[in-house]
Amino acid sequence: MSEKNYQVIKGDVKARIDRWISQYPADQRQSAVMPALRIVQEVNGGYLTRELMDEVADYLGMAPMAVYEVATFYSMYEHKPVGKHKICMCTNISCMLRDADDLVEYLKEKLGVDVGEVTPDGRFSIKKVECLGACGEAPVAMIGKEYYGNLTRERLDELLDSLE
Amino acid sequence: MAEIPLNECCYRLNHLDRSWDIDVYMANGGYEVWKKVLAGELTPQEIIDEVKTSNIRGRGGAGFPTGLKWSFMNRHAPGPKYILCNSDEGEPGTFKDRDILRYNPHQLIEGMMIAGYVIGANAGYNYIRGEFWEPYKRFDNAVKQAYEAGLLGKNILGSGWDFDLYTHLGAGAYICGEETALIESIEGKKGQPRFKPPFPASYGLYGRPTTINNTETLASIPMILAKGGKWFADLGVPGAGGTKIYAVSGHVEKPGNYEVRMGTPFKDLLSLAGGVWKGRKLKAVIPGGSSTAVLPAEKAMKMNMDYDSIAKAGSFLGAGSVIIMDETTDMVKALERLTWFYYEESCGQCTPCREGTGWMYRVVHRIRTGKGRPEDIEMLKDVSGKIMGRVICGLGDAASIPVASFLEHFEHEFRHYIEHGCSIYDRA
Amino acid sequence: MIKIEINGQVVEAHEGDMLIDVADSADIPIPRFCYHKKLSIAANCRMCLVEVEGAPKALPACATPVTDGMKVFTRSPKARAAQKAVMEFLLINHPLDCPICDQGGECELQDVAFEYGDDVGKYSEAKRVVPDHDVGPLIATDMTRCIHCTRCVRFGQEISGLMELGAVGRSEWMEITTFVGKSITSEISGNIIDLCPVGALTSKPFRYKARAWELKAAPAIAAHDSLGSNIEVHTYHGKVMRVVPRENEAINEVWLSDRDRFAYTGLYAEDRLTVPMVKRNGRWEEVEWEEALEAVVERLKPFLNSPQDIAVLASPNATVEELYLLRKLTDALGVRRREWRLRQQDFRVEVPLGLKLGLDEVEQLNHVLVVGSHLRHELPLLNLRVRKAQLAGASVHMLNPMDYASTFDIADRLIVKPSEMVRQLAAVAKAAGAELPAGLSDVPVTDQHHAWAEALKQDKSAIFVGGVARMSRHYAELAALAAVLGEKTGASVNILPLAANEMGAQALDFAGESFNDMLEKGAKAVITLGVEPEYDTLWGERAVQMLEQAELVINLTPFANARAREYSDILLPVATAYETAGTLVSATGTWQSFKQVTDAPGDAKPAWKVLRVLGNVLDVDGFDYIHADQVLEEARQAVTEVGAEIAMPDTFVAGGELEVVPSLALYSTDMVVRRAEPLQQAAGAAVAETVSRLETEKVVLCCGETCVELPNRQDEAVAEGAVFEPVAIDETLTVPAVCAEVRA
Ligand SMILES: Cc1cc2nc3c(=O)[nH]c(=O)nc-3n(C[C@H](O)[C@H](O)[C@H](O)COP(=O)(O)O)c2cc1C
Ligand code: SF4
Ligand code: FES
Repeated sequence: MSEKNYQVIKGDVKARIDRWISQYPADQRQSAVMPALRIVQEVNGGYLTRELMDEVADYLGMAPMAVYEVATFYSMYEHKPVGKHKICMCTNISCMLRDADDLVEYLKEKLGVDVGEVTPDGRFSIKKVECLGACGEAPVAMIGKEYYGNLTRERLDELLDSLE
Repeated sequence: MAEIPLNECCYRLNHLDRSWDIDVYMANGGYEVWKKVLAGELTPQEIIDEVKTSNIRGRGGAGFPTGLKWSFMNRHAPGPKYILCNSDEGEPGTFKDRDILRYNPHQLIEGMMIAGYVIGANAGYNYIRGEFWEPYKRFDNAVKQAYEAGLLGKNILGSGWDFDLYTHLGAGAYICGEETALIESIEGKKGQPRFKPPFPASYGLYGRPTTINNTETLASIPMILAKGGKWFADLGVPGAGGTKIYAVSGHVEKPGNYEVRMGTPFKDLLSLAGGVWKGRKLKAVIPGGSSTAVLPAEKAMKMNMDYDSIAKAGSFLGAGSVIIMDETTDMVKALERLTWFYYEESCGQCTPCREGTGWMYRVVHRIRTGKGRPEDIEMLKDVSGKIMGRVICGLGDAASIPVASFLEHFEHEFRHYIEHGCSIYDRA
Repeated sequence: MIKIEINGQVVEAHEGDMLIDVADSADIPIPRFCYHKKLSIAANCRMCLVEVEGAPKALPACATPVTDGMKVFTRSPKARAAQKAVMEFLLINHPLDCPICDQGGECELQDVAFEYGDDVGKYSEAKRVVPDHDVGPLIATDMTRCIHCTRCVRFGQEISGLMELGAVGRSEWMEITTFVGKSITSEISGNIIDLCPVGALTSKPFRYKARAWELKAAPAIAAHDSLGSNIEVHTYHGKVMRVVPRENEAINEVWLSDRDRFAYTGLYAEDRLTVPMVKRNGRWEEVEWEEALEAVVERLKPFLNSPQDIAVLASPNATVEELYLLRKLTDALGVRRREWRLRQQDFRVEVPLGLKLGLDEVEQLNHVLVVGSHLRHELPLLNLRVRKAQLAGASVHMLNPMDYASTFDIADRLIVKPSEMVRQLAAVAKAAGAELPAGLSDVPVTDQHHAWAEALKQDKSAIFVGGVARMSRHYAELAALAAVLGEKTGASVNILPLAANEMGAQALDFAGESFNDMLEKGAKAVITLGVEPEYDTLWGERAVQMLEQAELVINLTPFANARAREYSDILLPVATAYETAGTLVSATGTWQSFKQVTDAPGDAKPAWKVLRVLGNVLDVDGFDYIHADQVLEEARQAVTEVGAEIAMPDTFVAGGELEVVPSLALYSTDMVVRRAEPLQQAAGAAVAETVSRLETEKVVLCCGETCVELPNRQDEAVAEGAVFEPVAIDETLTVPAVCAEVRA
């Protein structure tokens, strides 16, 4: 692939994506689309744009549409701005049984935004997610890459205070 | 209650300090089997025989005999072949594989190496769900350690055998736990299950012969080979060998993972988990993850935690994800949440699943919000029945089973909602 | 062969065939939506579920291979229950707006629902509504009606090679879309209209024009490229309302190019000629046919004594019957100055046209060398066949002045300006062991040329010389070198016919004088058949001037634009291919005859009939035909053998620093297509701009003193030193590419 003028896939970002590409057979660059989308989303502040997806498509030699399909299928990709800290609250059965819904209400109240919205200062957004696979610590939230379990209103207070 | 032996296989090291380090693993017999295999002391056929003897059934939920699955692969077929590990762990109530990845990654790596060797695969991928960043890092680090120790890579320990191990990270889709969706996902596509046949054993990753096993299944292999298939079989019951990790969650005092022997009575498992929380009474149990049928307390309390016994009670062992519900649980609300889950997670390709999961959710939601109609119950039964068995993958069935079983055992709660617009616990 | 039983009936099948195909061949109906024999199996709609003895669940017939002794039930209670259930699911979110849906009456969903559905839906929730966005001028979308069969998506991935539609999102939110703000640009996009089993993707030009059951359908042959695609023309009250493909595995399979599908929309353009007209004292008078033909005789008479003063121009889209009668008539008058090779500027050597391989053989090729062709635009369905070959493992090499966007992988490419194409092709020929004449014998040969020559030496290899080469001033060299190369390597040499009946014109030996000579010498009287010289030739304004300078122009044409009304003296309204019986000879040499589908508007008549009467009124013998078949019969007898040899020209045209390359847009090819409004709004319409690597915003092109300035689109795909200039558009008529030079 010739060196193109990519806006985002260059330098360190390119190196990170290339590392993923290298673990698939040489004729299967497309296999790296999920990590590539994750990485460009990360450097773009947590969400994807069409330009970013097109760039990934070009870099991996995929039809742009094939990238849109992937980017809209998996729920961890975002297509609208999110808070600096995206609070993903599990509300599935095990967490629900341990009052996750109450925590979502509490968060909405505390942050003054609805699910799917970003706080005016851009720090937080709330997302309801499916089972995070940590039900032993229910109720659970994922913020950034970290899991936080055994949540209560008090623990949430402490947590939000500790996040910049 | 007699003393219950714990953590005899996959979690055997979890109590140790830095159990995820290669040094700790090797100090506890780790990679000995792998070395034997490479030295030619255990042939692929012997391994398959031993695995068959162990009576291990797949831990991913379907319970397919692992030895039999491996025997479908032609180890000598030309061209690349793959071993895939399914660490997608998306079934609600399931969180057992996460702790294998976090606390005993090397045992999983060794299991994958051995499985790869048996089926003739020189490469393997562990598909870890995207949310599992910490477990992924642990696993990835363990893989690095194994490479550094010369246990992975080219011409391993001078054996002439090559094996490379990689991780593929998901990005949030329950369906990718389905084995062919998982393959599509590694290929860089949407995780839409493929129609079978052809099965992965003949047409899998990149169109090549492929075997897929669950994390717990693969992590059990080194111990089966170290201690013998018979040892493993004897831990369990006649129909299924070994220990099994039960992920217990919901209304219990001490939710968590419990690795106990197959066939352990449910009530003992419940006691291990501290019993129903807040001193309340047990109302219902989902024994194998959200896709398995809910059972009322009376039935659950009489069953043992093995395939046959749970089947006799009217449900399935599934992934061994035990969800406990106490006497205050609103079953309509619980089902509403589950129907939403399947609705949201349907991959969307099959008509009955795409359309039916939404339909079921909307009806349950309507009932729960007090707008139910008398005919809704029959309709739910009808719709769930119409999805079942008419779709490409197991998700359609998985979505129907909760609906059918909640109605089978707790229909009166739905009726109450329809008649009074509220739950049996609300004061009308 | 194995035997299976379907509903008790014994059916023979091949082991491993899919059940649905076996049932189809035995005419046992199984409902389906996602299955399509030309697409991969998706098995997602679940409509084809049937009962198979021994199987616990109903199985999808489209994805179930048959095995010996299998017992299948398509209408058993178990099968019926499954089919009804699926139908119910399909309908819950479907708007059921059949009365206002364009697909009404020819909707697979409607048909299957009628057969297999239940009458009442129990679903009472709000239905899904899917937003639509504009995907271009050819396809109308109503995605709320979509049943997610993904045929359209698979078409893009598997057949056209352009994945423009996709299924984004998941579950019930899954949506078939081009993604926000994108439109569909494929040259064969219209096929998804046929593939869509419901009214989600429909023809935009046809929208709301008529209901399916009101239409009359008649078979015909598409007349906008040389493939000869089989079509069905749908008319309503005598007007052509729609064109759809007619299945013919040997030619178009089940597909159709957008050009052939939508060209009909140009038929009723404002300048359609509907009455004969005669110019008297500079003023047009509408006259009866008789009077018009008398005028022809009267005005032509003075020139008949010196037939060398008469020239004839005919469209290469004209039918065999038309060309034959025009030839016969003019022969009888002693006129030899005839031409149809209008988009050619290099006549140094005779070049026999023809696709020597069957289209099925094209699919089997191991190697293809494309010389000077924008294959996708020239012959969209031939491109599909080459694509299939490539997907099956063939390697394709491209020698072109532009790296045209391809729908398949190109193994290797040489993208150079036209004069350099000659040298590169010579080098490949030299690598293959050819003796080259002085002037070319010194070309340097590289490993690449050797590799290209080696590739051609494989079994089943072919060279395609296309339209870009044919329009070039190096056509003779390129064709001759291709021939040499074919000889040395054993590859088949195919000079691609482009227009609908070039093969017919060639077989009838219609041409008697090259167009260049004709222009040079001029003519006192000119007869034209279906030609707009400014657009149909490479000479633009100069071709018009020739007509303007003639004393008499008799113009048989379906359309008369303002220019034609100036230079013509008599305008005879004739039918288009949709409105006449006739015969077209396809690229592979297949003669395909078709009946008249409908009448031409007004008084316009099929040209063969006009020529027949002209023969009579001009007192020429042998013009008493009653039926077009008689003309065809005679024409067949008149066919001349076309030689296979291509001589090497004895001079070589030198190149320049910057070489202007004529570029014919996808939708500029003929007078009907140029009038098809929807096509003119589509991605393949001509754009008045040069395309080159030049880093300037504008380019000045001059022929002698006359210059035009065009915006320049900089594109790295163009060869160094090549400047593409659009032909067949008003902006470039005064400075046609045949003489244009780039002025700094
Ligand atoms: C909808 C669906 C989700 C699944 N999710 C998982 C999963 O998260 N983890 C898993 O191991 N198996 C999952 N499975 C089962 C796999 O398809 C497959 O049977 C299993 O990974 C095979 O491994 P085993 O034989 O070791 O159990 C799922 C199946 C279905 C139908
Ligand atoms: S059953 Fe559902 S999840 Fe499974 S393939 Fe079909 S649509 Fe996708
Ligand atoms: S036609 Fe078989 S599933 Fe659609």
